[in-house]
Amino acid sequence: MASWLSDNRAVIAAVLVIMFLAALIWSVVFGYRQTKLTENDEIFGDPVRTKGGWYWAVTGLSALMLIWFYFSWGTGRAFFPDAANEMCQVAKLEESISPIKAALPIGSRYYKSTLLVSRNSAQLDVLEQEIPTGAFSLTEQIELKSIINQIRSMIANSSNLTIVNSEADLKLNNVIIGLGEISARLQAGFEELSPSQEALTQPKWGTTYIEIPVLPTTSLGILFDESSVEAAEIASAFLKIRNHIPENDALIEDTKVRILALKDVNKTGSFGEKTGEIRVAFVKAVERIFKRLDDGLVFPAASLIGVNDAIENLALARKNAQGILRFVDAIFFPGPGIVKSKTQCTEQGSARWLPKPTDVISTFLRLANPDLENGGGYRGETLLWWDWKPISSYVAFIFPDWIADIWPGEYASHGSDGKIDPNVKDKLLAFVQGEISLGYIPMLDGHIWDSLFRVIVAMGLGILLGVPLGLFMGVSRFFKSFFDPLIELYRPVPPLAWAPLILTIFGIQDDGKIFLLFMVAFAIMVISARTGASGVQLTKIRASHSLGATDRQIMWNVIFPNALPEVLTGIRISIGVCWGTLVAAEMLAGTTGVGFIENIARTVSDYELIWVTILIMGVLGLAFDIMMRWVIKKTIPWRGMG
Amino acid sequence: MSDLVCENLNMTFRNPQTGAVVEALKDINFTLKKGELLSVLGPSGCGKTTLLNVIAGFLNATGGCAKLSGNVIERPGVERGMVFQQGALFEWLTVARNVDFGLRMKGKDPEENQQEVDKWLDIVGLKGFGETPTYQLSGGMQQRVALARCLINEPDVILMDEPLGALDALTREKMQSLVLEIWKETGKTIMIITHSVEEALLLGERLFVMAPRPGRVHKEYNLPFAERGLNDPLREIKHDPQFGEVREEILTMIWDMEEEIMGRG
Repeated sequence: MASWLSDNRAVIAAVLVIMFLAALIWSVVFGYRQTKLTENDEIFGDPVRTKGGWYWAVTGLSALMLIWFYFSWGTGRAFFPDAANEMCQVAKLEESISPIKAALPIGSRYYKSTLLVSRNSAQLDVLEQEIPTGAFSLTEQIELKSIINQIRSMIANSSNLTIVNSEADLKLNNVIIGLGEISARLQAGFEELSPSQEALTQPKWGTTYIEIPVLPTTSLGILFDESSVEAAEIASAFLKIRNHIPENDALIEDTKVRILALKDVNKTGSFGEKTGEIRVAFVKAVERIFKRLDDGLVFPAASLIGVNDAIENLALARKNAQGILRFVDAIFFPGPGIVKSKTQCTEQGSARWLPKPTDVISTFLRLANPDLENGGGYRGETLLWWDWKPISSYVAFIFPDWIADIWPGEYASHGSDGKIDPNVKDKLLAFVQGEISLGYIPMLDGHIWDSLFRVIVAMGLGILLGVPLGLFMGVSRFFKSFFDPLIELYRPVPPLAWAPLILTIFGIQDDGKIFLLFMVAFAIMVISARTGASGVQLTKIRASHSLGATDRQIMWNVIFPNALPEVLTGIRISIGVCWGTLVAAEMLAGTTGVGFIENIARTVSDYELIWVTILIMGVLGLAFDIMMRWVIKKTIPWRGMG
Repeated sequence: MSDLVCENLNMTFRNPQTGAVVEALKDINFTLKKGELLSVLGPSGCGKTTLLNVIAGFLNATGGCAKLSGNVIERPGVERGMVFQQGALFEWLTVARNVDFGLRMKGKDPEENQQEVDKWLDIVGLKGFGETPTYQLSGGMQQRVALARCLINEPDVILMDEPLGALDALTREKMQSLVLEIWKETGKTIMIITHSVEEALLLGERLFVMAPRPGRVHKEYNLPFAERGLNDPLREIKHDPQFGEVREEILTMIWDMEEEIMGRG
């Protein structure tokens, strides 16, 4: 079932896209009609106008889903499942001819030769102006200028079309002919070409870590694949062509000898330390430029026009051969399309970091699978499941070891027979350390539960300690004045700023995170309980005094229920803040939790996993909030009506 | 001897910023015998609410004292029940739990409480509303709950601080009848602060008109209307020529005081 769904995700996506499109159109039409209906009964500014309108929510959500499908190429994959494979073959051809294009204006504004000439000439000009007159003798200076001029004439010779290197010319011609053949082949279109068996058994697009099947599966794809192989050969031949012209041979030999002579003088002559350095450096600079030109990489611009035209023709032929694929690419695959690099074809643009909705669901299902042995869960832990947990580990978590330490008596030492007879103190220590087996209980388990557990424990502690303190601060001058500055000193610091410190002190596992979250929850609970307590109407307090209630009774029966709305709102806020802080804290350190998964996913650029964790966090945060809204509605129906 | 006595009651407030001293009450002397119904009237700022707060025990007098049954009043107590302008009900509790609040705080038996609650809800005309949340009640009904909540504690004196001030005219008249009814049936001492001259006349067996700066009892009346109101419809009493006469007199008196306060006297 799961693998069937996984293999047919393109079809499922197609159905979903059509459904969302239908929902979008329907909700817009329906919403428009509803608006027309109520138009005359409502006036602007009337709060009633915001009530209802769920159909607009449908519009928004389906629009969001469609945008997601579109920019993640989910639509493209759904309706053109073979397109990526074909685009990959086209990308192969592009990759093959890219070295040729790089040397031509078609790929990079200028000819590579033009760039070489301009850069070297500029450097020669600078060298000529900056000949260190102090370091070289007058005759040497003249010699250097002469060498520089000689290099200049080498550049001029290489750029001169009338002085032809027949061998290079022949090779360039071969390149042009080769490219022309490929163009012609592409122009001619494809006859029925059958894909190889290996290509047909490739995993489908997006189902494995290899994003796009590389081997061609369609006739068009095979045509491009084969062309790309030929083009690669032509490109490597092109890269080997050198413009060695006989007119330069003598110049090169001469220059070599003269530079060598200067170098010899540098070596043997006795110059000051500084002068020596300047001389060596200058001669080296001149030699560097000379060696660059010695390579024969400068061609006359006109000699490359033919190649440039051939590439342009090839681009045209490619466009024709692509046919409708070109429009599919432009419309359904927003962004730079598919790029082939080394061994695989990858999605570029928005699809690179925005995984398709169906892939996200599939990744989520893979993670949610509690069967760890068969690839479920993440890093040896389930997402959310249950397991038999020893009770003793919870005992160890709750009771600190010092309980045993303060127990009267001494720990047992080994007796003369080499045996240890544990006393009550030893047994107590074993108990609080969780070493005594107390049986097992079924307990929730997994990354999500680890995160939830931290929030729940921290919130529980925060409420248990924060609410009473807040209430006392609301009614007592001492409590308010004593605790207010203490809490206000630590509260404004963003919780994550505390994180490195707290995690160092309390450890990166549960303890540290729970304490960090407790700090957050505690401050919010204190402040909200205090606001609630100090907001009690004086007449209510007076009335309860007149009715004979004691101070303690007033606290519990009047001030606490009166503060309840604020307390619950505080809980709602602090759950949200705790959740946000926790995920960030888990990203900082730790080995479990939703934030941990995202952190690992980030380091390996697994965008699907990143999105899965983002969605998990969003859904859980929303669930918390909905739960609290429900609790608030149920527990304080009098809110706003008192 | 459960009389309410005020002896040379003085109350001064000092503004902590300006240091200005306000004499809210000056030399108040009166005795309210058990079962008497007193209404207190006066312009704004004449100290009538301060007087009530002192008697209730919310404020401590700066001079003299107030006594109930011979005991000096120092703090709030069950023997002096309070009814506030806005019910001051506990909106998180039902009507019944509001009414038996005092009993529960004393730790009385819940079953007995329920009987008491039913009895008093019946008296104030809220039979069957026991389980209703108070925030669903109208203003008049909320005041009835407040009344029942106060009466269930069997106080010696009932202190009412403009209890009907926030109600509409019709509800107000019904509530006035209810107060008289309760006065008759329970024989409690009642002290009502009010802004309405008519209400003061209708509900006041005795009536104090207070004057401001310093707050003092300006004039005292003994009136027959409350007694008559036990039997006759209140609207009829309002049309009595004698009623009209006293009303005009008091209105003029208060009008003059207000003018004086504004510096036009």
